[in-house]
Amino acid sequence: MTINPDLQGRSYPAAEVYDVGREKIREFARAVKATHPAHFDVEAAAALGHSDVVAPPTFAIIVAQRADAQLIEDPDSGIDFSRVVHADQRFIHHRPIVAGDRLVAELHVDGVRAMGGGAMITTRSEIFALTSGDANDPREAVATATSSILVRGEGQ
Amino acid sequence: MTPTFSELAVGQDIGSRSIDVTRTDLVKYAGASGDFNPIHWNEAFATGVGLPGVIAHGMFTMGSAVQLVTDWAGDPAAVVDFQTRFTKPVPVADTTGTPDAGAVIEISGAVGALDVEAGTARVDLTVLSAGQKVLMKAQAVVRLA
Repeated sequence: MTINPDLQGRSYPAAEVYDVGREKIREFARAVKATHPAHFDVEAAAALGHSDVVAPPTFAIIVAQRADAQLIEDPDSGIDFSRVVHADQRFIHHRPIVAGDRLVAELHVDGVRAMGGGAMITTRSEIFALTSGDANDPREAVATATSSILVRGEGQ
Repeated sequence: MTPTFSELAVGQDIGSRSIDVTRTDLVKYAGASGDFNPIHWNEAFATGVGLPGVIAHGMFTMGSAVQLVTDWAGDPAAVVDFQTRFTKPVPVADTTGTPDAGAVIEISGAVGALDVEAGTARVDLTVLSAGQKVLMKAQAVVRLA
C-alpha cells in the first residue's frame, strides 16, 4: 500500500464538537503528571484570571488526534495506522483551553513527502471554540496543532 | 516565585526534574488522551512490529516534560507555543507489582532566547532517558509579565 500523493492540500472540515470537561482536564493533567493547581482547582485558575480550570499545554492533542483520525481512517489515504510513528508535534496557543470550551478542529494536510518506501505526512489542526450554540459561526481561534507522522514503508 | 521577563538572561537555568514512568502510567495516559495504540501497552504487539518492547507515547514524554516550564512560569496558560521532535523511543520495562520505575525521564531547561518585543522567553528543554536524548528541539515559548 502506498501513500496517496494527492493528499497534500486536502482539508477535512470541522466535524464533531469536543466538549471540554473539568474532570477530563484533571484526568489529563494527572496523566502527564502535572501538579499545577490551575488544572484542578477552579479558584486557583480564577486567581490567574481564567474562567475555569486550565488545560495543560498538550491537551489539544486529544482534539488534534481526533481530527487526524479522519485522514488516517480515510480509505483513500493509503495509511496503515500500525506503521505510523509520531515524528514531531507543535502547539501554538492563541488562548488557553478551559473547561466549558466547545471545540472543533479543521484538518489541513500541509505536506506529503516520500521517504524510502514510506512517507512523512504533516497535518495542521486549526482548533476553534464555538462562541454560540451554532456549530458553524461565530467561533474563536484557540490553538494550531501541527503534527508530522512517518508512515514506515515495508522493511523500514 | 514567578519569573519576571526583565530579569531573565539567555542561558539561565530554569531547573530540572526526574519523572518515573511505569506501564500503569502509559495505560492512564492512553485513557486520558484516547491514544490506544497497542505499542504503548501490549508487549507482544510492540515486539511484533520491531520495537524493543512497550514504549511510552511520545505525547506522554512531551506532555510531562513541559510541566517543568509550567511550574516555573507559574501559569499553565503562559506556554503559548510548544514543539518537539521525537527522536528516540522510551522503552518502559514491565515492573508491575514492584515499586520500581519502568523508565526514568530526566528533564532540564534553560532560557534559549528572549523576544523583548513580544515579552516572551523561549525555554529549551533537554530530555533524556537511559542517557539518550529522546526529544530534540523541545522548545516552549513562555509569555511573562
